[in-house]
Amino acid sequence: MILLLTCMLPFLGALAVALAARTGRNTQAILAGAATSAALVLILLQAPQVLAGTTSAFAMPWVPALGLEASLFMDPLGLMFAGLILGIGILIITYARFYLAAEDSMPRFLTFLMLFQGAMLGIVLSDNVLLLLIFWELTSLSSFLLIGFWSHKAEGRQGARMALAVTGGGGLALIAGLLILGRVAGSYNLTDILLAGLVIQGSPLYTPALVLILVGCFAKSAQFPFHFWLPRAMAAPTPVSAYLHSATMVKAGVFLLARLWPVLSGTELWFYLVATTGMVTMFVGAAIALFKDDLKALLAYSTVSHLGLLTMLLGFGTPMAAVVAVFHILNHATFKAALFMNAGIVDHEVGTRDVRRLGGLVHLMPIATTIAVVAGLSMAGLPPFNGFISKEMMLEEAGRTVWAELTWLIPLVATLAALLSAAYSFRYVSHVFFGPRRHDYPRAPHDPGAGLWGPPAVLAALVVLIGFFPATIAGPLVQPVAAAVIGAEPPYFALKMWHGFTPALFMSVLAVAGGAAVLWRHGEAVRMWQRVPVPDAKRAFDAVVAALVGASRVVTDTLHTGTLQRSLFVLFAATFLLAVEGLSVGGLGGATRAGIPASGVAVAAWLALVAGAVAVVVSARQRFLALIYISVIGLIVSLGFVYLSAPDLALTQISVEVVTILLLLLALNLLPKTPQPTSSRLRRARDAVLAGIVGAGVGWLALAVMTRAPRDPISAFHWAQAKPGGGGTNVVNVTLVDFRGFDTFGEIIVLGIAALAIYALLKTAVRGVAGRRLLAWVPETPESPERHPMMLVVASRLVLPIALVVGLFLFLRGHNLPGGGFIAGLVFSIALLVQFMASGYAWADARKRLERHTLIAGGVLVAAATGLGSLAFGAPFLTSTFEYITWPLVGQFELASALLFDVGVSLAVVGAVLLALGQLANLMQRAARLEVDAEPMDIDPTRGAGAVR
Amino acid sequence: MHLIVAPVLVPAVLAALMLLRPARLTRLGQRLSILAMLAQLAIAVALIVLSADGEVRVYELGSWPAPYGIVLVLDRLAALMLLLASVLGLAVLAHAVLTRHDQQGWHFHPLFQFQMLGLNGAFLTGDLFNLFVFFEVLLIASYGLLLHGQGAARLQAGVQYVVVNLVGSTIFLVAIGVLYGTTGTLNFADMALRVSTAPPEEQALIRAGAQILIAVFALKAALLPLHLWLPRAYASTSAPVAALFAILTKVGVYSIIRVTTLVFGEEAGAAAWAPAGWLLPAALLSVLVGFVGLLAARELRLGAAFGVIGSTGTLMVAASVFTPETTAAALFYLPHSTLAAALLFLVADLVLRRRGERQDRLEPGPSMPGAGLLAVLFLLSAIALAGLPPLSGFVGKLLILASVADNPAAWWIWGTILVTTFLAILALARAGSVLFWTRDDAPPHRERVRAAVHAPRLAAPALMLVAALGALTVFAGPATAYTRAAADQLHSRTAYITAVLPDSGVRR
Repeated sequence: MILLLTCMLPFLGALAVALAARTGRNTQAILAGAATSAALVLILLQAPQVLAGTTSAFAMPWVPALGLEASLFMDPLGLMFAGLILGIGILIITYARFYLAAEDSMPRFLTFLMLFQGAMLGIVLSDNVLLLLIFWELTSLSSFLLIGFWSHKAEGRQGARMALAVTGGGGLALIAGLLILGRVAGSYNLTDILLAGLVIQGSPLYTPALVLILVGCFAKSAQFPFHFWLPRAMAAPTPVSAYLHSATMVKAGVFLLARLWPVLSGTELWFYLVATTGMVTMFVGAAIALFKDDLKALLAYSTVSHLGLLTMLLGFGTPMAAVVAVFHILNHATFKAALFMNAGIVDHEVGTRDVRRLGGLVHLMPIATTIAVVAGLSMAGLPPFNGFISKEMMLEEAGRTVWAELTWLIPLVATLAALLSAAYSFRYVSHVFFGPRRHDYPRAPHDPGAGLWGPPAVLAALVVLIGFFPATIAGPLVQPVAAAVIGAEPPYFALKMWHGFTPALFMSVLAVAGGAAVLWRHGEAVRMWQRVPVPDAKRAFDAVVAALVGASRVVTDTLHTGTLQRSLFVLFAATFLLAVEGLSVGGLGGATRAGIPASGVAVAAWLALVAGAVAVVVSARQRFLALIYISVIGLIVSLGFVYLSAPDLALTQISVEVVTILLLLLALNLLPKTPQPTSSRLRRARDAVLAGIVGAGVGWLALAVMTRAPRDPISAFHWAQAKPGGGGTNVVNVTLVDFRGFDTFGEIIVLGIAALAIYALLKTAVRGVAGRRLLAWVPETPESPERHPMMLVVASRLVLPIALVVGLFLFLRGHNLPGGGFIAGLVFSIALLVQFMASGYAWADARKRLERHTLIAGGVLVAAATGLGSLAFGAPFLTSTFEYITWPLVGQFELASALLFDVGVSLAVVGAVLLALGQLANLMQRAARLEVDAEPMDIDPTRGAGAVR
Repeated sequence: MHLIVAPVLVPAVLAALMLLRPARLTRLGQRLSILAMLAQLAIAVALIVLSADGEVRVYELGSWPAPYGIVLVLDRLAALMLLLASVLGLAVLAHAVLTRHDQQGWHFHPLFQFQMLGLNGAFLTGDLFNLFVFFEVLLIASYGLLLHGQGAARLQAGVQYVVVNLVGSTIFLVAIGVLYGTTGTLNFADMALRVSTAPPEEQALIRAGAQILIAVFALKAALLPLHLWLPRAYASTSAPVAALFAILTKVGVYSIIRVTTLVFGEEAGAAAWAPAGWLLPAALLSVLVGFVGLLAARELRLGAAFGVIGSTGTLMVAASVFTPETTAAALFYLPHSTLAAALLFLVADLVLRRRGERQDRLEPGPSMPGAGLLAVLFLLSAIALAGLPPLSGFVGKLLILASVADNPAAWWIWGTILVTTFLAILALARAGSVLFWTRDDAPPHRERVRAAVHAPRLAAPALMLVAALGALTVFAGPATAYTRAAADQLHSRTAYITAVLPDSGVRR
């Protein structure tokens, strides 16, 4: 539980700082510092037991289905890292408080920093590797924010993105690696995985898991060839660099290598991958560092080099090398954090970090110089500082390791790297602080306040103390931590300055002397260096990203041209191919149903239907003509329904046909009569072929389905139950209002929505571009001077009552004979449509009593209320009932609740049709700039035949 | 018991009530709409609780027993989808009301509620033709919403959207015709039984019907190559509507899962798992093309639209393997993917409201008022869409990766998902860096943005989605247990079938 609290404290601190955004900088820094200190205290309180061998643990289930547990544990390795993260964290917070300029947002900075700290702490305390992954990616995300903190600087933004891409991308490989590892080990808990070394190394999945995990670790720990992001991340404010690149972010990869060392190391693959990568990185980093003039860049490459050193040590796979690695992690954290903060002080006080513009600061900044000397010489590996001891031990181990039978390779590279390391360290110390005093510093340099020098001074003191009393101060920590890394009792080792005249001492002396010599001839070395072709990692990275973006744009733009033709082509083609695939598998029987002999009339109608369809295609660009042919098709389909004894369908079809054709005529009037072809001839030929194939396919499917005997279809029940269960003899209508009344309920809503959508669309279409085009509309065909032909008006008025009676008749008999609410609604609509068309919109509109919206709403509500009525009787929605009552004169009459439902259907149909009509007419009126015609049967003499306005 | 039909009735009745006063926008209409959404949320929660006992509940509309009448079926999956729809709907509605988007055209609220009606109905129905009806409701209402607020690009993309989807509906009818013609039924459960006992000579046609039907659902799910209609339509409609549309692709996914596991599963003879063979490659391609499109996008909303394709594809990868584990993973990732995409669209809307003429184009602009909160929201939405920790997408992706580990195509799946996650990180980091970090205060910045759009309260709906994602993360344990139970319920279909068809007797 204490562990959970420890892990949560930085996040709570981040929250506190964010909430205290309006308070002063001191408050915010104290809040952050307090959270960190509290966490550190909690860690230290547990330290004695942990170092004595009792790991402290906390576990809580989170996602059992995944094996993800919120389980934490702290063994000595976790303890050391947690201590470094929090200890250096306190120093960094103090330092940052005084470092950041007034225009930098302190709460933002500290919030990000605390988030990062929490994520780091999570990595080192996670027991569950999936939980570790979560924290791992969180460090990538929060470091992205920290590196890009100075977002006004282009290099800050680029550096942040690069760091995120490399470390976050590496994290994705790590996800795969750890998932495999967990599956092989049978658990995602580290404590279990660490016991499953034999199983893991014996598994065929060991190689992929190892490679993927290493990619993640190497990317995070800036190993060659992923090292390039680290120097770019130096665009961050110095406290960030000091934190991320000494003890935290980049050490995460090393941490994980150490954590998984017992189960992954010891194989040839491990040795060659890890040790080689480490060795190359150590050398390359040191070489580049020597030639960097920016202090932070120098330190950045030095960090790369030291991370390589650590990786190499872990890669050796020997327990003693692991001990050295543990010790060096500690030492590197102390001197590197001190040096970063020191470089920040120089930058802050002098105004430049360029070595070539610095020098002679010893007199002006004695405190900073002292820190630099102590930490710098430790980095160079000089006694009596801690860096010397771990470097000696490293050289000792390197001297014992053989790479592919080349006994000399590793010792040589290690010595060379140590030499270069000494050289750049000397350069850092001598070229900045010693030498002649200059007169062209950008600012007048002087030592900063204690807030800035205090934190690095603490670390410098540690450098000296560990150097003098390694066994006393570091020993009690290194011993158990090394045991935790190795997974067993470590070999005997002695942390001491003097090891006697060993080969390592000889290599060390060589390195220091060589380093001094190289620095002495630095100028020549620089000229040599400039002749070495070093690939620019940033440019390469940018080129790769640019190529990725470019390629993705080409792919995306090529695929998505946005044409309707392509969408439809793909849809038809894919559906056709899938249907063919379906038919090719499994048995396909022939016709099992006797056909009806075709009469001469039927054949003639069929031929007319085919001709009509062909005519529609041929005349597609003459819209009015096409519409006529479409209506021919509709008519023949209705006749077909009559022929096949489906009078309801025929009635529905024909009335729908009339309404749609009328509305389409209105709409087409405003469109160009002959649209331009939009596709090339070749395209159209291609489309025609596909259309022919798909059409034939659908025809064949229909034939195949219709020629087989139905297998006990549910419609048999509908036939049987229509009268006894539904109270009607018209099975179509009973199906519509009863068996499948819910479908009908949905469909009237569809109709209503369609009308609303048309209304909403056209209501606003009169504005903007569309509105201007509308006003510029010119009729393409001559108009009759009679706006409302008298014959039509008179006829339509006569028809109206008759049509209404017909509609009512169809409505009432619907339950038992062909008819019903839907058809009746359409008939009413047609009767009213004709009035609008004949007598003009305004005349007809003025005579309507009900809002069309209300009709739709009323229809839906009546239908819903009818359905809900059954709830009162404890029956489900839409349960119908019917009763036979005897009316005087009429005789026995059936009263069905479904009739009321049908009223709703009719209302919705009428409302929807009239709403669409109203809006189209309105648009027409605007386009034709007609004054509202209150009088029917008017004649406008200006509209002569042929006089096109 | 009547609670099961409530998700359909509540929006229908309230939308109709709003239409009684045909004004452009009324305070009453707004209130009714919000009330309707709150009611749907409450009902969905009640239904989740109800369904948690594992019983499949059937509601026989018109008291007609299945397969002769239409039934609504409530199981865990249906309840989950209802809850998701209502949470999303509430956030989007709140956003539209707060930003006054609902005032920019006619009938926003009725159309919105009809859209909800279509969603809820599609998730509940146990009947193939009734599903078609709700698809129609969805399509027509979405078309109305798509065009809401106008614009030439919107109209053009809208035409394509509606034409392609109407063709899809026609193909749906063809599939229904084939399946009804061969099985003689429309009820899912009955069809499942009849497909598994179909004589050999019917099997080819049944399989063809299955493939055509799933193709229609794949069109709705915007699975490659049937996704071409989506990017422009989603990018050119208003962002809140696009946010709501994040769930439309999931209706396709839902239908694929429902119909395949129930009707075309193990016992379906020649049609057994018919779509699985092509769904997986199509899903992998969708993931790839979606996230490639995200990287290629020059506007945030277009990127989000491609994000919808990619993230639905990720979901479909798991959904097309059809084992209980993978289905459970898919069902966990489904709400995440929906809410994440919606969140990005809402954030895009907040961004473009502050950027004047630059809108949501990914180019540097002047500093935005209130950019801090917005940047945090963008970061969270980017994390969610890319599937990174600490939000639920990471858990979802891990679940998907772990669940497919034994699949022969595991390496392909792992490779695709991880590489595309990398593409998403790259793309979203670039987008965020340009929008929030890079400044360009040079003209043209003539447009003064109204002060009202800066109010932090406008971010409340987006924060609500963040909270939902956060809850999904924190309660990932119970959530995965629920989706696993839902997946088990789907894969052992007897419970569903016996609930719908307790016997073959006839009522009354």
